[in-house]
Amino acid sequence: MAGTTRPGLYVHVPFCRTKCPYCAFKSTTETARIGDWLSALEREAEGRRGLFGWYDTLYVGGGTPSVLSDADLRRLMGTLLGTFHFTRDLEATIEVNPGDVDEAKAELLYGLGFNRISMGVQSFVQPELEFLGRRHNAARALWSFDVFRGAGFESLGLDLIQGLPGQTVEARLESLKRAVELGPEHLSCYELGFEPGTPFYEARRKGKLSPPDGDAAAEGFLATSEYLEDSGFLHYEVSNYARDERHRSRHNRKYWRHVPVLGLGPAAHSFDGRTRWWNVPDVAEYCRRLGSGDSAVQETEDLGPDQLRLERLALGFRTREGVDRKNLGDVARAQSLLDRLVMEGLVTVSDTRVQPTREGLCVADGLARGFCDL
Amino acid sequence: MAETRNFSIIAHIDHGKSTLADRLIQKAGLVTERDFRDQILDTMDIERERGITIKSQTASLPYRARDGEEYVLNLIDTPGHVDFSYEVSRALSSCEGVLLLVDATQGVQAQTQANLFMAMEHDLEIIPVINKIDLASADIDGAKDQIDRDLALDPESAVLVSAKTGEGVDELLEAIVRQFPPPIGDPTEALKALIFDARYDPFRGAVASCRVFSGAVRSGDIIRFMFTGKTHRVEEVGRFQIERVSSESLAAGDVGYLIAGIKTVADTRIGDTMTLDDRPADEALPGFRESKPMVFSSLYPVSSDDFMSLSESLEKYELNDAALVYTKDSSSALGQGFRAGFLGLLHLEIVQERLEREFNQSLILTAPSVEYHFHLENGSMLSVDNPTYYPDPMSISRAEEPYIRASIYIPDRYMGAVMKLCLERRAENSQLEYPSSGRLEMRFDMPLAEVVFDFYDRLKSVTQGYGSLDYEMLEYRTSDLVKVDILVNGERVDALSMIVQRDRARTRAVQACERLKETIPRHMFKIPIQGAIGGKIISRETINAFRKDVTAKCYGGDVSRKRKLLEKQKKGKRRMKMVGNVEIPQSAFIAVLKARDE
Ligand SMILES: Nc1nc2c(ncn2[C@@H]2O[C@H](COP(=O)(O)OP(=O)(O)OP(=O)(O)O)[C@@H](O)[C@H]2O)c(=O)[nH]1
Ligand code: SF4
Ligand SMILES: [Mg+2]
Repeated sequence: MAGTTRPGLYVHVPFCRTKCPYCAFKSTTETARIGDWLSALEREAEGRRGLFGWYDTLYVGGGTPSVLSDADLRRLMGTLLGTFHFTRDLEATIEVNPGDVDEAKAELLYGLGFNRISMGVQSFVQPELEFLGRRHNAARALWSFDVFRGAGFESLGLDLIQGLPGQTVEARLESLKRAVELGPEHLSCYELGFEPGTPFYEARRKGKLSPPDGDAAAEGFLATSEYLEDSGFLHYEVSNYARDERHRSRHNRKYWRHVPVLGLGPAAHSFDGRTRWWNVPDVAEYCRRLGSGDSAVQETEDLGPDQLRLERLALGFRTREGVDRKNLGDVARAQSLLDRLVMEGLVTVSDTRVQPTREGLCVADGLARGFCDL
Repeated sequence: MAETRNFSIIAHIDHGKSTLADRLIQKAGLVTERDFRDQILDTMDIERERGITIKSQTASLPYRARDGEEYVLNLIDTPGHVDFSYEVSRALSSCEGVLLLVDATQGVQAQTQANLFMAMEHDLEIIPVINKIDLASADIDGAKDQIDRDLALDPESAVLVSAKTGEGVDELLEAIVRQFPPPIGDPTEALKALIFDARYDPFRGAVASCRVFSGAVRSGDIIRFMFTGKTHRVEEVGRFQIERVSSESLAAGDVGYLIAGIKTVADTRIGDTMTLDDRPADEALPGFRESKPMVFSSLYPVSSDDFMSLSESLEKYELNDAALVYTKDSSSALGQGFRAGFLGLLHLEIVQERLEREFNQSLILTAPSVEYHFHLENGSMLSVDNPTYYPDPMSISRAEEPYIRASIYIPDRYMGAVMKLCLERRAENSQLEYPSSGRLEMRFDMPLAEVVFDFYDRLKSVTQGYGSLDYEMLEYRTSDLVKVDILVNGERVDALSMIVQRDRARTRAVQACERLKETIPRHMFKIPIQGAIGGKIISRETINAFRKDVTAKCYGGDVSRKRKLLEKQKKGKRRMKMVGNVEIPQSAFIAVLKARDE
């Protein structure tokens, strides 16, 4: 169960070829700025050189890291390898868009040291892909998967989006089935969100899009979990499934377990165990600041014991590992709530931990809220 | 020395007392055109919002009469709503006369009569005033008839005015100085001053309104409160114009205020007599009859930590509202609080609102109750105004509840709807009268408890706001009373219990469960809500568990936002009451009391 406590390194690539209508992420389509961004990132990395010791994860995320050219990718990895120490068993992940890859690119990534791919497939159903405004088609996704396998990648993950308006449970399972048939090591299944500032949010506000109601969403969530666990996957976090414990995302688990992570790039968040800080989200501003020798940090927060506890609740109940009982607060009242939750089949309890069941993961935010004031 | 006249303006609600006061104030030139606003004596926000007077207000007006003499007219504007009649009775104790207003379009109404009786008890000189004569629908002859027949006053002595246009106000001023007697009392005798009102000023302490009956008082004097025996040095005396205006002294016959650095609020008792410490009066003035509460409810702070603060606020608030009575109370669901008695539902509402606005309190009120009488098998009688003290049903031989005589005034087109409503509320012995064409007065005997619940809201709703209600107490009548408990998640919430007549128990229980279902948020588990008499369940609702309550993504950039949300929710939970594992919001307790529009 224990994971490593070595720090992780995250690099944010804030570029996308086009903007997806549901995405609230700070990313830009101005790929002309990639050069500036790389230079700024190099400066930032230099400034953080000695912050932590040996990293055992690298995660290049976005945005869409696969928009980077071969030369950009080489330059980026050159900088990182020249600046930071990585352990030999490094987990090195890069997010890719199925439309951006071919054999040569896959081989390049493998050659640069990446050993884990997170592929933004979103769906294997063509009309769903179109609804989501994605550039690739389902066939391309299947092909890309084989390309990465062919290039030597032994750890492949797929991202799927579920809970589209009007999507039935059967339709949801359709994409899942195709995904399972491919045999990935990892699956992330995200419920479609309607975040302020996105076209989907506006459409929903105007009544043009209606997401599934609470009951339908719960049914879909539970059906996904059941189907994937029956297919041999481990449902280890609200939206994440792994072939086995070894293939859980070592990097993402650091966020959930309060392990230090250094984040580089616009909007990237870092955490050292007590203090969290994050960079300005705007690419131009990020480049300007680093270019003139300033810090890219927008805000810093020091977490006191209460705040750390609240985060442990909020994060812990999202994972099957659950929460250390020490975090539950006032023992008598917590016990009565726990008894009720056990009775409802939402958690299981051992001497030291409280762990959500599948049904518990479905109400993880509620579980955290239940204990927050005890 | 100017001569003084002390008088109150009394009437039924909305007959124009405060508007008439406006005209008198303007004639006296107390406020500039620029600072003037309608009903200027209604200073509280809540009075202005609701358009009614809640507190009596005093104003000292200089007036030069036609005979060339200078006068000081101390006028007290009083509230007309029956729930604030205690304000009227205290105001009358500092006057020699009253202006009894009658709205020429409405004629004599319930409080016209009730207030007249109070003035007669105080032996006051009465000038009937017929108001709103500018209106086309004014029926001056009709009003005169009623003054003659219903009030037994001389209709020819009535002064005709329009408080709105000012017509007749000059004649009224002359009548005031001519007909009201000057105050008697010797300024050289020992001081006797009656405290008839007070308010708490955060900077100056208690500000007492008083009427001096004999002697005089000036700043620097040491005064003694005859009831409490406490002494204080007088810091300031003066008169109420629109603001407080300090003066050198207050002497026999004067109405004004006194500030004496009184920070311990308990020292100032409304109705106490002040005298001078070095030359005390032999005996105190008669104080006030205690007000008799009709409706009872418990007040709890939303957050149990705020009990002390509520306690201090109540002490200060009480100074300005002598009709409120309260004692400590406690509830297993809501913790420590107070059981309070009110003169009526409006009074209850005003107390809650003023405590929230003026003292920043967040309150939960329990269901209003009346005082029930239980005659027990052992021959004794138990008065119960709090469902917690409902006796063992086996020990009850007979129960009684208070009845009222309700008078409802409506346009006659609402007769059917109102009749239906009243019959639902156990009204009996109905009588109908048509005071003028198109208007209907319906009278019923009804249990007070039915009015206390949501009757007034319902009446307003079925008559689209046109219905008005007055009531007077009748006697206690035998009734089959049971206690209905509300159980949330299997636990009895004592603050939601109520005593009701057996036939109405189910309806009330069903309603309470429905309201709770609407206001208690979903939890992670199903929550049964039940109404019960003893061990017998008579109504049930279920709040379903939420099915999905989790966000999809939580990575590096989401953690901080998630924690901040949780911090906010944690704060929000402090405004909830925990009953077992269920969080009940403040709004749920309020919702149970409120009417629903059908
Ligand atoms: N047309 C007309 N309207 C009047 C006259 N006097 C008062 N009103 C109106 O009647 C309503 C009630 O007047 P108020 O002066 O607030 O009545 P009140 O007697 O002080 O009422 P409470 O203090 O609540 O008992 C207001 O809308 C006034 O404008 C009048 O002489 N003529
Ligand atoms: S969803 Fe991914 S690819 Fe689409 S705009 Fe957002 S970051 Fe870019
Ligand atoms: Mg008024």
